[in-house]
Amino acid sequence: MTVVLGIETSCDETGAGLVAEGRLLGDALSSSMSEHARFGGVVPEIAARAHLEAMLPVVREALTRASLDLSDVGAVAVTAGPGLSTAVQVGLASAKAFAFALDVPLYGVHHLAGHAAVDVLEHGPLPPRCVALVVSGGHTSLLLLGDLARDPIVHLGDTADDAAGEAFDKVARILGLPYPGGPSVDRAARDGDPRAIAFPRPLTRPSDPRYGFSFSGLKTAVARWVEARQGAGGDLPVADVAASFQEAVADTVTRKAVAACLDHGVDTLLVVGGVAANSRVRALAEERCAAAGIELRVPPMRLCTDNGAMIAAVGDLLVRAGAPASELRIPADPSAPLTGALLAGPWR
Amino acid sequence: MLLLALDTATATATVALHDGERVLASLRAADARKHAENLVPAVQAVLAETGRARRDVTAIAAGVGPGPFTGLRVGLVTALSLGMALGVDVHGVCSLDALAAEALATGAVAEGEEFVVATDARRREVHSARYGGSPLRRLTGPQVGPAADVERSGLRVVGSGVPLYPDALGPRPGRAEDSGPLDVDAAHLAAVAAAALRGEGGWQLLPPEPLYLRRPDAVEPGARKRVTA
Repeated sequence: MTVVLGIETSCDETGAGLVAEGRLLGDALSSSMSEHARFGGVVPEIAARAHLEAMLPVVREALTRASLDLSDVGAVAVTAGPGLSTAVQVGLASAKAFAFALDVPLYGVHHLAGHAAVDVLEHGPLPPRCVALVVSGGHTSLLLLGDLARDPIVHLGDTADDAAGEAFDKVARILGLPYPGGPSVDRAARDGDPRAIAFPRPLTRPSDPRYGFSFSGLKTAVARWVEARQGAGGDLPVADVAASFQEAVADTVTRKAVAACLDHGVDTLLVVGGVAANSRVRALAEERCAAAGIELRVPPMRLCTDNGAMIAAVGDLLVRAGAPASELRIPADPSAPLTGALLAGPWR
Repeated sequence: MLLLALDTATATATVALHDGERVLASLRAADARKHAENLVPAVQAVLAETGRARRDVTAIAAGVGPGPFTGLRVGLVTALSLGMALGVDVHGVCSLDALAAEALATGAVAEGEEFVVATDARRREVHSARYGGSPLRRLTGPQVGPAADVERSGLRVVGSGVPLYPDALGPRPGRAEDSGPLDVDAAHLAAVAAAALRGEGGWQLLPPEPLYLRRPDAVEPGARKRVTA
């Protein structure tokens, strides 16, 4: 049995996790989110400084929680991209040093593959094929997965502009709600009517990219509506705007995800990433999957957002599949295209 | 003693091994954008060259800058992670101290001479510190600012700031001075750390934390822009 140490530093979370044979042994996380709040978004230099300070303490804490010693680690997996370059570099350099000092293999993995792999830790092995909807502050992607460790990952679609989570942040700002926008919009929407305002469902016409997303226009539509209402001197119905915007996002992402499953004859949908925490995205995904006879898998919330366990999980799949290790010379790739779990691409 | 020294504060990722008495091997990989790619392979290479195993390392010294932030962090997190995995102490050394030590060791400056080290800090600024005394030690700095603001007081300047800002930091009138060492060589950083560990010389070890000298660039957003006129 090989214990895999996973390291994640692609955005504002410093994560370390330990996984063996599909089981999470321990993990730890440090977030610099509160330091970014007053800037309304993640500041790369602030995130990277926090990663350097947190890196070793987080690895130590994960080991303590797993009752393991660093010498028990048999492989190291790390996010080599995509992500904020200066942030990715911290985790990658640390992982290389650990792999070299411990004389164990290094696996430079794709961040999104980690998001998909993490559900293995909670709900067991993935089926032979499934669709993954990754919705977070940095990504909105539909992936067609086979054997995650061995097969190429088919990138069905992506956002053309803002990620879904980014749209939540921007709409929160328009409505005067706090950062991060995901939880604050969700909270405000509880008392609102999701049908109060008919915001657009971006890229849902027949001629649009079937698995493509776009949230920039939706955000602007919300801003226009709010400015028109304010210009007319009316009170801003924050709850209704929040609920109607949230409904537009949830409707769009779940509609496209279910369509991807049906188009590809796949009976399992994975929903992962920070926006999977949104109550409406979850409820609508459950409803539509049930109607279409699709099994919905959503990892527990703390594993949905960026963490080290998800990188250890994908590393564990690679180790057990006998994947080739990465070289200690591998560069960070901030805009890595997704071709397979290994950043270098599928290897079989 | 087997001291592993590394530095990524200047354009060269550099690694050396020192046995407490002398430098056993050193390596420099010149490409500032590839510190992250070159560093661990360089550690591997100096160990291989000297026939030592990674477990033979008894202490680590890392340059703490000042220098460009991304590279600096790569060096420090590498040193800290190696230190944790090998169970050895990690010490910080001001990267400008290594350049000063090299300037003296190579005869660019004379024993007892007071001089300034200035390196590229990007954004039309330099990192600088003043050195002197016997044994050599840092007298002031490090600090960051425009080359024109460096208080050289008629002193010789060495480092990568010299060719970048010849008007402010170039040779003094009538003297044939070259710029001395431009980028850090870990062999000299190792010598500084080894002397400090022996309690000799004028050098001081620092915590293994970056000397950023600048705050992160980040501006709080102003009022949201309207999308309608």
